[in-house]
Amino acid sequence: MTQTPLKFYVPEPSGRPGQATDFSYLRLQPAGAARKPPIDIVPYDTRDLALGLIRVIDDDGRAVGPWAEDPPDDAILHKGLLAMIKTRIFDARMVIAQRQKKTSFYMQCLGEEAIAIGQSLALRPGDMHFPSYRQQGLLIAQDYPWFDMMCQIFSNDKDPLKGRQLPVLYSVPDKGFFTLSGNLGTQFPQAVGWAMASAIKGDTRIAAGWIGDGATAESDYQTALLFAHVYRAPVILNVINNQWAISTFQSVAGGEGITLAARGIGSNVASLRVDGNDFLAVYAASRWAADRARNNHGATLIEWISYRAGPHSTSDDPSKYRPADDWSRFPLGDPIARLKQYMIGRGIWSEQQHQDAQKSCEAEIVAAQKKAEAHGTMATGRTSSVATMFEDVYKEMPEHLRRQRQELGV
Amino acid sequence: MAEEKMKTRPMTMIQALRSAMDIMLDRDENVVVFGEDVGYFGGVFRCTEGLQAKYGHTRVFDAPISESGIVAAAIGMGAYGLRPVVEIQFADYFYPAADQIFSEAARLRYRSAGGYSAPLTIRMPCGGGIFGGQTHSQSPEALFTHVSGLRTVMPSNPYDAKGLLISSIENDDPVVFLEPKRLYNGPFDGHHDQPVVPWSKHPLGNVPEGYYTVPLDKASLYREGRELTVLTYGTMVYVAEVAAQEAGIEADIIDLRSLWPLDLDAITASVRKTGRCVVLHEATRTSGFGAELCALVQEHCFYHLEAPIERITGWDTPYPHSHEWAYFPGPKRVAEAFKRAFREA
Repeated sequence: MTQTPLKFYVPEPSGRPGQATDFSYLRLQPAGAARKPPIDIVPYDTRDLALGLIRVIDDDGRAVGPWAEDPPDDAILHKGLLAMIKTRIFDARMVIAQRQKKTSFYMQCLGEEAIAIGQSLALRPGDMHFPSYRQQGLLIAQDYPWFDMMCQIFSNDKDPLKGRQLPVLYSVPDKGFFTLSGNLGTQFPQAVGWAMASAIKGDTRIAAGWIGDGATAESDYQTALLFAHVYRAPVILNVINNQWAISTFQSVAGGEGITLAARGIGSNVASLRVDGNDFLAVYAASRWAADRARNNHGATLIEWISYRAGPHSTSDDPSKYRPADDWSRFPLGDPIARLKQYMIGRGIWSEQQHQDAQKSCEAEIVAAQKKAEAHGTMATGRTSSVATMFEDVYKEMPEHLRRQRQELGV
Repeated sequence: MAEEKMKTRPMTMIQALRSAMDIMLDRDENVVVFGEDVGYFGGVFRCTEGLQAKYGHTRVFDAPISESGIVAAAIGMGAYGLRPVVEIQFADYFYPAADQIFSEAARLRYRSAGGYSAPLTIRMPCGGGIFGGQTHSQSPEALFTHVSGLRTVMPSNPYDAKGLLISSIENDDPVVFLEPKRLYNGPFDGHHDQPVVPWSKHPLGNVPEGYYTVPLDKASLYREGRELTVLTYGTMVYVAEVAAQEAGIEADIIDLRSLWPLDLDAITASVRKTGRCVVLHEATRTSGFGAELCALVQEHCFYHLEAPIERITGWDTPYPHSHEWAYFPGPKRVAEAFKRAFREA
C-alpha cells in the first residue's frame, strides 16, 4: 500500500508587506441582511447570526434592517460620537507622550473605538465590565477624568494605582471597570463569576467580559463559556476580533474558515457576529444581549469584527508583518467616519460641528495633560512614595512587610 | 473567651470543617460554597454533606471539573461582594488554577491599590498517608507561601480546623486552606501499621458547637519542652510527638498552623529557649517551606543555636504509591534527626 506523506499546516494571513490583503476571508454580509431574533431565542438557533454579520449602517450612511429599529436617541448618538473623537485624540496624544519618554508604554484602540463606547452607552450604571487593554472607551464614554487616566499612564504622584501597574492597565470601581491583568483572558471567567454572584443575590445588574481574538486561544476563554452556559449567567461575552494579536493573524487563534462567534454555539451560548465599526450595530447588539441577560435568558457571545489600525502597542511595528495600508482598505471602514456620515445624513450633525468638537476636545485634552504632567511623568520620576510599595499586599500590613519596609528605609 | 462556656462535642476534622461552613453560611448571606461534587453529594470526603439541603443550591452547588474556572468564578464573586469558599478536590489539582490563584486572586488588591479584593477561601485536601499515589498525596504549601498576597493555612486538629476556617472565611485576603486528609478522621502517631486513633480520644477533637475563631497569624505550642524546638505543621505534628517520646527528648513542638504570614515570634522565643531546632514537613525537601524556616531561624537565632538546624522532609521524588511509607517522614527518621541535633553539640 502506498503511503502519502503527512503535511504540516500553519495558517497564514492573506496579505503580507508588499502585497495587498484579500479581505474576502471576512465573509461580509450587507447591512440590514441579518435577522433580529427575540431575546429568548434558543442558543442553537442563533447559528446563522454567529456565521453571518450584523450591520446597520450601509455604505451610504443610512441605517437599515431589523437591527436599525428602536435606535438610540440623538443624545446617545452625540455622546457616542464625541466619546469616539475624544478617545482617538487621547490615544494620539499619549502615543506622542510615549515617544517623548513621558511614559514607558501605550496601547491605543485606533479603529475600534465604537465597540467599547457603543456597549458602554447601551448598558446601565452599576453593570460591571471585566475589560482587556483596549477598552479605554468604557472610561471615556462614562466621563472618567482624563487627568486620572494620564496620571496612571505617567505613574506619577497622583497615579490612582500608586505606580504598580503598567500604563493603561486601569482600575476604576466607580465606573464598573475591573482592574486589568496583563495575563490574557483571566478576566473572562471572572466576569462570569461576577454575573453568577449578581444572580445568586437576585440583583438586577449584569456583567460584561472583554477579550481579544488572540486571547480566545487561552483556556480561560473556554472556561468562561462553560460557566456562562452551565449557570445561565447574566453576562455579555465580548470578543474583539481586530484581526491581529501582536503579529499573529486571527487564523492562528482558530478563526480560519470559521468565525470566532461560532464557538459559542457549541457551548450553548447565544452568539452574534457584529460589525464592530458600526456604532449603531454595536449599540443594538449590546442592548439585545443585555436584555437577554436581564431577563434570565442567559449569556450572549458577541464577536465584534474590527481592525486594529495601529500597532499592538508602542513597542510594535506592524509594517514588518502586514501591508502598511491595510486599514485604509479594510472593508468595514472607520467607525468615526461612518457614524459621522450617518448623523450628518440625519441632519443631527455637520462637518462644522465635527471640526469644532475635535478642536474643543483637543484643547481639553491639552489642558488635562498639562495638569497631569505637573504631577510628574516617567521622565521626571515624580512617583508616589516608595513606602506605598508595601501597602495593599494584604488588607493589614503583616510584620514581615513592615520589617522589609524598614530595611529599605522608607 | 465565650467558647469556654459553649457546648462542645467530639468532632472529626471533617465534621469540624463542615460545622465552620455551616455556621458561616448561616451568619453571612454572602458566603457561598461550591466546587466539584460539593453540592448534593457533599464532596468526595463528605465535608460539605447536608449543606446544600440546608442552604439551597444557590448557596452550595456543584461546579464543572475546572479548577481554573472555580477559582476564577470565585474571584468574580469576590469582586461583587460575596465570600466564596471553594473546594479543590485534591491539592494536587490546584495546578490548572495556579494562574487564577497566583496572578489574580493574590494580586487583585495590590494592583487595584485596594479598589478590589478577593476574599476567597480555597480549601484543598493535601498530603499523603492514604495510598493516594502521585496525584492524591502532594503537599504544595511552598508554592503558595512564595506568592505575595496569599495566606496559607494548614490545621492539624479539629479544634484549629474549625476556628481557622471561620477566620479564613471572614478574612478579606485570599486564603489557601490546606487540609491534611490523613487527619480527617483521626490523629496519627506516625506508625502506619497501627490502628487510627479516633478524634474522640484526643483533647483537640472536642470542639465547640458554635462560633469561635483561631487567629490566622499565631502558631500553637502543641507540646512544651526545654531541650529542642520542632517547627512543624499538619500531620507531622503527631509524628514529631511520637518521635520525641520514643527518643526520650523533651521537645517544644510548635504547630505553625498559619504558614504565611508566619508567627515568627513564637519560633524565635522557642529556639532561643532550647538552642536546638528541627524543621519537619512532609513536602519535598528542595526549596520547600522548611528551607524558609531554616533561613529564618538562622537569621534570627544564630547566636542561640547549639547545633546546626536539622531539616527532615519528604524526598525529592514524586510521591510513590507502593513506597509511600518510605517517602513519608516516619517517627524513626524524625527521631534520628532529633538525635543529630544533639550529636553536633
